[in-house]
Amino acid sequence: PKSSAAGAHFAPDDARTHTKEPIVTGSSVIGIQYNGGVMIASDTLASYGNMSRFKELSRLYRVSSRCVVGMTGELSDFQYITELLDSLVRRDFNLDDGHSIDPSEVHQYLTRVLYNRRNDFNPLWNYLVVAGMNSDGSQFLGVVDLVGTNFSDTLVATGFGVHLTLALLRKAMDEAGSPAGMTREKARETLEACLRVLFYRDCRASNRVQIADVPLDGESTISEPYY
Amino acid sequence: SRDPPFFFLFFLSLCLTLFSTMSAGYDLSVTTYSPEGRVFQVEYAGKAIDNSGTVVGLRCKDGVVLGVEKFVISKMIVEGSNRRVFNVDRHVGLAAAGLAPDARQVVARARAEASNYRSHFKDDIPGRVLAERLASFLHVSTWYWALRPFGCAVLLATHDVRKGHALFLVEPSGVMNGYYGCATGKGKQGAKTEIEKLNLSELTCREAVNEIAKIIYRVHDE
Repeated sequence: PKSSAAGAHFAPDDARTHTKEPIVTGSSVIGIQYNGGVMIASDTLASYGNMSRFKELSRLYRVSSRCVVGMTGELSDFQYITELLDSLVRRDFNLDDGHSIDPSEVHQYLTRVLYNRRNDFNPLWNYLVVAGMNSDGSQFLGVVDLVGTNFSDTLVATGFGVHLTLALLRKAMDEAGSPAGMTREKARETLEACLRVLFYRDCRASNRVQIADVPLDGESTISEPYY
Repeated sequence: SRDPPFFFLFFLSLCLTLFSTMSAGYDLSVTTYSPEGRVFQVEYAGKAIDNSGTVVGLRCKDGVVLGVEKFVISKMIVEGSNRRVFNVDRHVGLAAAGLAPDARQVVARARAEASNYRSHFKDDIPGRVLAERLASFLHVSTWYWALRPFGCAVLLATHDVRKGHALFLVEPSGVMNGYYGCATGKGKQGAKTEIEKLNLSELTCREAVNEIAKIIYRVHDE
């Protein structure tokens, strides 16, 4: 039966079309490595098309004391993903063997989940940023997208952030030389400047933002939303 | 160590002395009742527990404490092996008496139940619900000729928002009870006597840890 969903007009009668567009969406996530850890930031808006539907909603999820995940894209899929990640962490807790999951492992896990969903033509419509500190002391900052493409880098962005802020992040990183030369304050300033640019230019962004910080030693924190 | 012929004779004589009738013929499968209405295979599963280390649980003023008597079978075994107290979820602890591999299966099931409840209701599984599900699970293996009953009893220490903290004992027969204090395993009789001397409503968890250690020491190889 024909549906009114996007792409339905050109699809065969028996093709599913409900998986072809996200409904409630989050905009960009940006992230940068610095000398004391990794930091990611996003605004707290979930849009319903052109409407700013949920204005104080966290698109950053704290997986563990060493890992945070941020999302762009469909909110309901992200909520499902956070449930998956929660059960991963719970499994670690149950085993009680002194080990907990690394952000690079979370990244690989999400890659597998998203890639397999894509192969079933039923994607989780998200671009996810995974950030944190591995147990060997190395920093990790990576991206996974809705088809399962994954990579890691010293600075990342998703959504409009790719077009509007990657250049700014790269400029700041070049000035610092490397993540080792980037201080926490500079990282925070850079992310805030990028969030400001996003608010100016992305019509599905808001000025109420959050920053998540995973320091070298210590707990990951997600700030309260602020302007 | 269990010398088979000796054990069998001991067991048989135990049956003869303790039970008014012999279990001959009625104990061959879990799907057979005896004339007195007993299921001997389930009772034998209980024997497996009675021959393993004592497990004690106390429901205190501010929480629940579980303690297990772990035998050091060999000095070559790495410390931390042969785990007897398990995490089921963040709010549930499980201590097992009896056959350790059977206990691992029960723990796996408990974890699956807790995870399943969470995926349906986005909440911690209430203690009683988990205990009842585990009791049903243990009970199922007493229905089928092809299965044997679990040779382990589990003590559950649980906490949930509605009922606070609770202690449950689930036995191989599928019986489940909530307790203020209970013990199972080799020294359970002695342990139960000791538990009854304690004032559980005033005891804190910290004190209970010491008390349980003392009880286990006292009933060890009585």
